[in-house]
Amino acid sequence: MKNTFIGQPMERREDLRFLRGRGEYVDDVALPGLLHAAILRSSVAHGKIKSIDTSAALKRPGVHTVITAADMPGGPPIVPMRLQPLPEFKPFEQPAIAHEKVRYVGEPIAVVLAATAAQAEDAFDAIEVEIEELPAVADWTVAQRNNSVLFDKQGTNRSMVFESRKGDADAAFASAPYVRKERLRTGRHYGLTMEPRGVMATWDAAKGMLTIYGAAKVPFFNRRILSAQIGLPVEQIEMIENDVGGGYGARGEFYPEDFLIPFAARHTGRPVKWIEDRRENLIAMNHAREEEAILEVACARDGTILAIRGEVHTDMGAYMRTNGAVGARNVSQFMAGPYRVPHVKIDSSLWMTNKTPVGTYRGPGRFEANFFLERMIDMIAEELRIDRIDMRRRNLITAKEQPYPIATVQPTNAVDEYDSGHYPETLERALQEIDWPRVSKLQGKLVDGKYHGIGVVCFIEGGAAGPKETARLEVNGDGTISLYLGTSSVGQGVETIFAQIAADALEVSIERIRHVHHGSTAYVSDGYGAYHSRSTVMGGSAVLDAANNFLAALREAGAKRLGCDANAVTLDEDKLTGGGKSVPLREFAGLTQEGVFLNKKHTYSYGSHVAHITVDPKLGRIEIIDYVVVQDVGRAINPLTVKGQMIGSLVQGLGGAVLEDLKYDENGQILTGSLADYLLPLASDFPNLRGVVLDKYPSPINPLGAKGAGEGGIIAAGGCMANAVANALSSLGVQPRQLPLSPAYIWELLQQAGRKAAE
Amino acid sequence: MKLPPFEYACPTTLNEAVALLASHNGEAKAIAGGQSLVPMLAFRLARPSLLVDLRKLPGLNEIKIGADGVRLGALVRWRDIQDDKRLESAHPLLKAAIAHVAHYQIRNRGTVGGSVAHADPAAEMPGVCVACDAVITAAGKGGTRAIKAADFFEGALTTALKPDEIVTEIHLPAWPAVRRSGFQEFARRRGDFAMSGVALFYDLDAGGKATNAHIGTIGVGDRPRRLAKAEAALNGQAVTEALAVKVGEAAAAEVDPQEDIHASAAYRRSLTGTLCERALLAAAR
Ligand SMILES: Cc1cc2nc3c(=O)[nH]c(=O)nc-3n(C[C@H](O)[C@H](O)[C@H](O)COP(=O)(O)OP(=O)(O)OC[C@H]3O[C@@H](n4cnc5c(N)ncnc54)[C@H](O)[C@@H]3O)c2cc1C
Repeated sequence: MKNTFIGQPMERREDLRFLRGRGEYVDDVALPGLLHAAILRSSVAHGKIKSIDTSAALKRPGVHTVITAADMPGGPPIVPMRLQPLPEFKPFEQPAIAHEKVRYVGEPIAVVLAATAAQAEDAFDAIEVEIEELPAVADWTVAQRNNSVLFDKQGTNRSMVFESRKGDADAAFASAPYVRKERLRTGRHYGLTMEPRGVMATWDAAKGMLTIYGAAKVPFFNRRILSAQIGLPVEQIEMIENDVGGGYGARGEFYPEDFLIPFAARHTGRPVKWIEDRRENLIAMNHAREEEAILEVACARDGTILAIRGEVHTDMGAYMRTNGAVGARNVSQFMAGPYRVPHVKIDSSLWMTNKTPVGTYRGPGRFEANFFLERMIDMIAEELRIDRIDMRRRNLITAKEQPYPIATVQPTNAVDEYDSGHYPETLERALQEIDWPRVSKLQGKLVDGKYHGIGVVCFIEGGAAGPKETARLEVNGDGTISLYLGTSSVGQGVETIFAQIAADALEVSIERIRHVHHGSTAYVSDGYGAYHSRSTVMGGSAVLDAANNFLAALREAGAKRLGCDANAVTLDEDKLTGGGKSVPLREFAGLTQEGVFLNKKHTYSYGSHVAHITVDPKLGRIEIIDYVVVQDVGRAINPLTVKGQMIGSLVQGLGGAVLEDLKYDENGQILTGSLADYLLPLASDFPNLRGVVLDKYPSPINPLGAKGAGEGGIIAAGGCMANAVANALSSLGVQPRQLPLSPAYIWELLQQAGRKAAE
Repeated sequence: MKLPPFEYACPTTLNEAVALLASHNGEAKAIAGGQSLVPMLAFRLARPSLLVDLRKLPGLNEIKIGADGVRLGALVRWRDIQDDKRLESAHPLLKAAIAHVAHYQIRNRGTVGGSVAHADPAAEMPGVCVACDAVITAAGKGGTRAIKAADFFEGALTTALKPDEIVTEIHLPAWPAVRRSGFQEFARRRGDFAMSGVALFYDLDAGGKATNAHIGTIGVGDRPRRLAKAEAALNGQAVTEALAVKVGEAAAAEVDPQEDIHASAAYRRSLTGTLCERALLAAAR
């Protein structure tokens, strides 16, 4: 092979455009005759809608129309689930606009269309909504009592129990020499994007075309949802992807607004734009994470893990959203993480509550599982008086055990196995990076009023969800080549990576790959999008297939022109050569070929986090001295962008570890309704973070050998920080059992430990 | 989060501004840096019918330093205080406290007058004003009056200002050479409003003991206040580590903090004690 763009740390080709302010976000797109939408949302967590009177609002300045459920004959459509769409979930899916009942603060009640967004918002106070309040179900422990139920016909607040099983855990527990049981919980977070969501829709009645701007992540799937809801064939709906300010699993799923705005455009015959504001974003975009585990681990006295068993309870919020089940599913299947655990039995219950519904957020279920198990490993090691790192070494899966089977999840019968890797290797590398011989001496030491602690954890990251991805290559009129993809960009740098892969496969310069188009439904016949760390693996492998087909087609076309055998034709940068002659590539303008990659398996990248922190015991404040993530990604197409993913997701994970928590009161009112209270990491909060990318164990399941690698930084951050705090305060007997590790929580733990010591 | 409708005026004289504020049945509001008011408007927690922009009022953006102390015009911005080298000796406590206010962008716009008029219980400037016995000058229809800081702050977001009154100046009394000061606060992220903060100073007497102790708190209670018992524990004593602990304990005992989503009352109380102890040790250093 002539080229080696793959594996090179190449700067992102999308960056210049962004840095020059030339990105185009949905709010940058304007159309003549535009109406602006503002959405009146429920301020009541749980109640029966008695009446909605919009007549006064219609008289407000600039107001054009107010849409409610009453405008939808037969009632509002339901937003169906995309992942794990089990029949049991059906009754819990969300109507596109509230009717009969409201079930969370933030649920859409009415859409006001006006000449400006401010005028639309001004009209809110002229809409009279009468709601008979019902007792709110504020968390899973209340939900469990079923005194107040969200869905009357169901009669229970539990929508599902996922059961993960491997071996015979009960038998293993019955004969185990040592068992530890703990109750642990994570906070409620969300994949907060810098740019809130936005949808713009236009209806061309003459052509019968509905065009949607602001599509992201999974446009093809969303088009199918909308097609069914609105009664138009998919060919009459076009989804246009714009630049996006962050995805994180939350943007680009089908939300109520993804029906309401296209509906409004068709209803009025005018283009309609809705741009979510931050206050809405906090209550309308998918929440995530809030899970509680009651977990048991059975061990031999030497720390060999024999079995894991327990329950997890997820606070689902009010509806089953498109990907809402993923976190609760994953936490059960990945509870064992990167460790060799022969027997697993986890029951994961999904509880409907009067809060904003949950969806996936980077590392769904894995962040939680990692915190639960890694916390327990440290507690067990301490109790058994064995070294916590040795305990990990003893249990990490090794290369010769691959592929390693993991727990099967019911009722979806999800059988799975890890693909490749020698998991102890990243742990050793991380310890080396942090200079373990030196820092280990600081463990638990009080220096200048601060305790030093080291957190050590290992993680597994899943990626590359199937079933398929599509790519297409086309010769442009100027002899350059364009690349079109069914997957989408949510900021991962896919334009750069796909260009690297295509240039290598075609053996041309990277500049020859002129444009990389993705995400909109117009480019390829089908696409599955950007989730589950899948774009590089799935899209990249599809690019390889497309390149093969494209080269074959070029050779054939070239052979005709050059009068030689197709096998004798080569692509030579800007021309085809063969039989001693050549013909410019531009003369084949329009020549195009698709390629697909089909895949039923998953990739599993893996790694380790080691953090050196201090805790000020008087303030409860944590400071990070040094933090290293080492991750083996199978094959690093672009080490620079992988590292970017690691550091970015680590900062996000540290937010969840120490700052972020969406809090509600017992009436289902959100207490963290702005970014003054929902605390994100700021640029200056975590300066000392390092990432090391390894690619020693390629994935056997795709031709690139690549693995999904967008979540490794976030997954283990909660577990690592909690273990570091426990290590720092080990002389005082402090064991964090929940996230976030807020100063007030750490201080409270220290007071409890002090009172215990005094007894 | 779009602003509600309002009228806008940008007067060029104080009299005009006062007249405008008086003209809208108490529904008019002054706007200075807008860093507190605009978020309130966006959340529709405030719906004034008229905004009176103070930015063109003459003479309100100066920092005057004289024998009687520091006079801050109401439109002095946080950035101006940070950039003024004279304040390092003229009022080190002010300088130290303002370093904790918000972030660059906000410090470039937020004003001292806006801060005291807004009266956030956790804001630094009101805390410095109370700790230092500042005098706040306000101009209104009825003329100009001077209000002692201790009387100015009445509760959370509540002051002694009348609807037509404009803060014109904050006077911080002179800073003698024998004065020692310390400022400590704790927020979850740098630039956030403090969960608790302590601004203190004392004067060294000929025998090296502390006199004239002033200890002020922010973030614990509905307004900044001085702690008389903690001050009494400090007066007449040489500052040692042991004394700092004692004064800290007195401070913790004296505050009456509230609980919120970020901190329990007990934690806030303990924080105040720790911060007071650390501020005192910093002052003595
Ligand atoms: C993210 C963020 C973080 C912040 N963090 C901090 C912090 O840590 N500490 C802190 O102290 N502040 C903080 N602030 C607030 C900031 O310092 C404000 O600038 C300040 O409190 C108000 O000043 P302003 O000039 O912006 O006032 P404005 O927002 O213009 O006005 C605030 C109020 O004061 C009134 N007003 C303004 N000027 C006058 C006057 N001369 N006479 C009478 N009334 C007047 C207005 O009518 C209004 O009611 C923060 C703000 C933000 C957005």
